Amino acid sequence: MTKANPVLILEDVEKSFFGADGAVPVLRGVGLTLHPGETLALTGESGSGKSTLLHIAGGLETADAGRVQVAGHSLGNMSDTERAAVRCNDVAVIFQQFNLIPSLNVADNIAFQARLAGRSDDGLTVDLATRLGLSEQLRKYPEALSGGQQQRVAIARAIAARPRVLLADEPTGNLDEGTASDVMDQLLALVADTGAALLLVTHSPAIAARMDRRLHLSRGRIV
Amino acid sequence: MTRACLAALLSHWRRNPLQLFAFLAGLALATALWSGVQAINAEARASYGAAAATLGEGQFDQIVPVAAETLSQSDFVMLRRSGWLVSPLIEGRLGDVRLVGFDPLSSPAGFVAAEVTQPDDLGGFLQPGQLYADADTAAQLSVDVDVVIDPNVAPGIAVGDIGVVQRLLNRTDLSRLLVQPEQPLQRPVLDDIAPHLRIQAASQTADVGELTDSFHLNLTAFGLLSFAVGLFIVYSTIGLAFEQRRGMVRTLRALGVSLPRLVMLMILEVLMLAVVGAGIGVMLGYLIAAMLLPDVAVTLRGLYGADVAGSLQFRVSWWGSGMAIAVVGALAAAGARLWQIARMPLLESARPRAWAMTSGRAQRVQGAIAGVLLLIAVGLAWGGTGLMAGFALLGCFLIGAALALPILVRPLLAYAEKAARTPVARWFWADTRQQLPGLSLALMALLLAISANIGVATMVSSFRLTFVAFLDQRLAPELYVETANAVQAAAIEANLPKVGASVLPLLAIEITVAGQPTRLFGVRVGPTYWQNWVFLDTAPDAWDVVDAGTAAVINEQLARRAGLWVGDMVDVTPARALPIAAIVADYGNPRGQLIVGEGLFRALYPDVSARQFGVRTTDRAGVRGILTSELGIPDSAITDQSNLKAFSLQVFDRTFTVTAALNVLTLAVAGFAMLMSLLTLADLRVPQLAPVWALGLTRRRIGQLELLRAVVFAVVVCIFALPVGLGLAWVLLAIINVEAFGWRLPMHLFPADYAQLGVYAMLAAVAAAAWPALRLMQTPPATLLKVFAHER
Repeated sequence: MTKANPVLILEDVEKSFFGADGAVPVLRGVGLTLHPGETLALTGESGSGKSTLLHIAGGLETADAGRVQVAGHSLGNMSDTERAAVRCNDVAVIFQQFNLIPSLNVADNIAFQARLAGRSDDGLTVDLATRLGLSEQLRKYPEALSGGQQQRVAIARAIAARPRVLLADEPTGNLDEGTASDVMDQLLALVADTGAALLLVTHSPAIAARMDRRLHLSRGRIV
Repeated sequence: MTRACLAALLSHWRRNPLQLFAFLAGLALATALWSGVQAINAEARASYGAAAATLGEGQFDQIVPVAAETLSQSDFVMLRRSGWLVSPLIEGRLGDVRLVGFDPLSSPAGFVAAEVTQPDDLGGFLQPGQLYADADTAAQLSVDVDVVIDPNVAPGIAVGDIGVVQRLLNRTDLSRLLVQPEQPLQRPVLDDIAPHLRIQAASQTADVGELTDSFHLNLTAFGLLSFAVGLFIVYSTIGLAFEQRRGMVRTLRALGVSLPRLVMLMILEVLMLAVVGAGIGVMLGYLIAAMLLPDVAVTLRGLYGADVAGSLQFRVSWWGSGMAIAVVGALAAAGARLWQIARMPLLESARPRAWAMTSGRAQRVQGAIAGVLLLIAVGLAWGGTGLMAGFALLGCFLIGAALALPILVRPLLAYAEKAARTPVARWFWADTRQQLPGLSLALMALLLAISANIGVATMVSSFRLTFVAFLDQRLAPELYVETANAVQAAAIEANLPKVGASVLPLLAIEITVAGQPTRLFGVRVGPTYWQNWVFLDTAPDAWDVVDAGTAAVINEQLARRAGLWVGDMVDVTPARALPIAAIVADYGNPRGQLIVGEGLFRALYPDVSARQFGVRTTDRAGVRGILTSELGIPDSAITDQSNLKAFSLQVFDRTFTVTAALNVLTLAVAGFAMLMSLLTLADLRVPQLAPVWALGLTRRRIGQLELLRAVVFAVVVCIFALPVGLGLAWVLLAIINVEAFGWRLPMHLFPADYAQLGVYAMLAAVAAAAWPALRLMQTPPATLLKVFAHER
């Protein structure tokens, strides 16, 4: 079977942050590709640059050097507004801290990114909520949900937007082991159904083992 | 995308109705006071405009008597026969209504009073017994003639044919003559044929609008102060709302909403809320204006003789300006926060910062701004001139003092914390210090409100004390008599001294001194003047030299405007200058006055005779009887001094009704600002209070301490407000008043009033803190425990 074109390409990506001691390199010539439907775990110790790599892949931050291409769009020369459009239409990010909108109820939170992208589907919202065990919570607000439930809402919001690239930054980092396992089951099942590519940052070897591929980042380099 | 994003932004207000209420109520209150004042000003100015048009003021040259109050019909006939194209006009009061009679056939084109009746019904107009007035004025008229309702006639004025009005006023003379713009070239010079008359150019006609400008400027300043206090609430609420939504902003941007779009939508959101709040405010402003307008109308009539409609119209000039200033104010209040959002890196921590925890740098900047403003205020007090400089000084002083408040309070709280002995007391002071940034806006608003109250109360009470003393000084004669003719005047002079009364003729004429319109008085120097008149500055034996005709006295207004003082020379006529012997205080009068001895006056103006007299007597009833029964003077022409004083005080008190009302409203807005700040901060307080609760302090005790904190803040603000308020009073009395009216008032202190105000402020603070404290006392333990739960 011929693989489709990659939806995420990072080549020789470099990134430094400036602190009191001057420039601190975080990523040093990192490269990876991700195809539709593929899942990739990115592991590494704290401070190795995992989250920075994920943010660059999602257009949340810009690389100092190298090439970043998402769903056919080269992010390198894009303005903030253009990168925002790519995030809206082709990428979805699942954060460790959930980042739900506290003033919207569960149903509106799930549908929110899809609405921004202009492809809201109420049926899909209900379906996702049912599959993630949230059908009883649709009218509730995030503050009334447990951490596991909030992460499920964040996953549903990402999937409902039907992105081509799904980026997850330690999505189970705040959850206990049992809940984390459940959430991952549901995330992987949904990704498989939608054909999106998943780049997942995790500390957990067990979760990383469930991905198609694994990359380890150490001191800003893939090893 | 826009719709979804806007819905998300607006959902914050739906989930935080208290913040929404604070925003709308703050803006509504601010707009209400501002637009209420503007509505009053607009109504008054429209009335002046209509009255000026109706009475021909500012449009046509007029012929008026040089000295007397009226001119005769024979003057009119003589001028017409000699070729002058003039039209007669009479005006007088019938109760509260100003009657204007004119001749529609000879009045100049463009004279509104004439136009309201022409050309449809000139015949009807000329019929005997018909007046024209607007509906409100018509309702006040009880006359034996038909009153035709005509909305084009200025409020408070009724117009009619000159014959009808003369009959209603029981007069045969005229008030003035309107001069047609086009005149025959060969007509004789006025001075040659009628030296007792003079031409008053249209541009020199008394402009009520100009006279009342200071009054309206004062109202506007108050409106602006109230608006600023209300805007504190809006600024505080927007700050909190934006801070709480940092997470949402980050999420929206992470989900693909571009920064420009987000900022535009947030501006749109503020605009929508501002329009709603301002709309409510304009409605409230209408109610406030409708409530205050009758008092303002009385004030303006009493002080300036200006008629103002008692009913309020919904004019675009004031509600438009109210909406505009509210929207601009709200956007300005949101500006700093929007700027922060625009500069916030996408991945910056979404955790709300401890709200309004100002950095040391921000405090230094605030302190520097306060210092600069106070320095500018000192500079303006030292070298500023003009009313606008006075108001700029007022603004710099008040804003500078308000900005300095938190900077000065912080070390006091730190000292209290250091001095505290028990752990709870130490925590209380530390926590109070931590609350200071969050409450500083509300405290500044409270400071402004209390200072304004102290300042204005000091000014009004000082004014009242001075005014009462001034009335005793100036209204010394027990009776005032107005005569109809020279025969009555001569009879008074001849007969009253026989019964032991002394007669003080009122000899007066309008002249110009140093370019200032001035009234020249000739006084019969005697004990009334020696004993009662208090001079601001005087040369030795001032009255003796005035009596001898070798010196003059001028009032403070003329002295300040013309730059004259004791010892300077003043021109009584172009050919006669006299040294100034004294300066006399003259409160409540906008015009200049020059006083010379009776002998000199009669020598300079032999044609001018007195028609009004003051009478000093110990037997009021007896003299009154002689005047009415023996001299044939009608009772209505005699005014008792006590009635005059009572009337003057009544006008005075009503003058400041509006000020007092605005004062109370400003304090109420400040109390509301504090309530809103405490309520909106209450939710953020839970994580700060939960640990103390967990360590053993009951919710009830925590609630009590919250109340105590409000009292502490109120006391501190009152202590700071006292010097600020007294400074404000000084600026009002020594600078604004001098610039606006030309006279300076002495400043008195009223400690009991200040103490009472302090108690009110504390009650307002406790009332504002009561609800949030009660809510805190009733916070369920589960809510407090959530602070410690991992899964919040």
